[in-house]
Amino acid sequence: MKPHRRKKLTIILFIAAGLSVAVGLSLYALSSSIDLFFTPTQIAAGEATDGQRIRIGGMVKEGSVVRSEDSLDVEFIATDYTHDLVVRYDGILPDLFREGQGVVVEGAVTNGTFIASRVLAKHDENYMSVEVKAAMDAAEAARALPAGAANGS
Amino acid sequence: MWLWFSKLGSPKWFYELSGKWLPWLVAFMVVTMTIGLIWALLFVPEDYQQSFTNRIFYVHVPVASISLAVFPLMAVAGAITLVWKMKLADMVAKCAAPIGVWFTGVALATGAIWGEPMWGTWWVWDARLTSMLLQFFLLIGVVALRSAIESPDAAARACALLSIVGAINVPIIKYSVEWWNTLHQPPTPLSMDAESANGPEIWVPLLIMIAAVYCFFVISLILSTRNEILQRERRSQWVMDIVAAERV
Repeated sequence: MKPHRRKKLTIILFIAAGLSVAVGLSLYALSSSIDLFFTPTQIAAGEATDGQRIRIGGMVKEGSVVRSEDSLDVEFIATDYTHDLVVRYDGILPDLFREGQGVVVEGAVTNGTFIASRVLAKHDENYMSVEVKAAMDAAEAARALPAGAANGS
Repeated sequence: MWLWFSKLGSPKWFYELSGKWLPWLVAFMVVTMTIGLIWALLFVPEDYQQSFTNRIFYVHVPVASISLAVFPLMAVAGAITLVWKMKLADMVAKCAAPIGVWFTGVALATGAIWGEPMWGTWWVWDARLTSMLLQFFLLIGVVALRSAIESPDAAARACALLSIVGAINVPIIKYSVEWWNTLHQPPTPLSMDAESANGPEIWVPLLIMIAAVYCFFVISLILSTRNEILQRERRSQWVMDIVAAERV
């Protein structure tokens, strides 16, 4: 490689490396504001002030969804399996919303309860057919059964 | 190695070689695209959560993953332009930018169309979506910069530099879903086991679609670059010979 080309290439690599480090450091410094949502643990630690408009994210706790009989009001617990947060919402939920499913909720904390203005469903990275899911559930039930029988006897 | 490198840099050599490859690439694309689309859109089994909505996955993922290849390609071509002043590298970089705009735009659009029924929103400012939107604007910026500078050499240098800088965004897009919490899901791990999530019935059609869309990208790039070669080399003897042969 000719010397002037080597010099140019070095300059380019130097610029690219320098910029990458600069961008990397700024992103690292900004990381908490780049996060889309707070986790229930962060809320429990008091990282968000009351009444401040924020988003929280977590899983809808199994068996925690309580729907009102005469309105769209719904109450459920969002959890990250360390801390729970009660969420109250009055509106239409996305189709994917169900227990054990991830959600991202917009709203504000008021007296320890999260009053939601919008609920988004977060879907995970797993795809499988209805048949495979049924087969997996059946296999799991079959595994659970002998253990249960042993306990019973 | 250096001989091969300088030969590759010759527009004439590229024009002739790509002319030979094109029919094969088109044939491969037609076959994979037909099989992939029919399989993905008609025969992929119903998803246990998303029902049939996740079939857009087979368009969204190939297009989005290939749109991430555009900036690295332009950055490498840009570095070659800056260091070795290879004409062909700049032509490829120039032609890749508008194609990249389209790919990024389609990835954003299909993502929004998928997000609306599943997430309950077309758009959310999470790290993945925002960094992808940034790439869209950066690519438009490269295209605009190219046409804003009159001197082709100066435009080539400016675009090369912008491409190298813009390529820093690519790992950010790629790892955004792991570094920060986002609404967008992390990448799907493939499984060899047919009896588990993400088994072959999910990813085989995806791989076919990725091959097809990659082929489509390469074909678009080659066609566009060939056009650019004829345009820029119009005063050279070999282009005049082609034109003369076409006229007969």
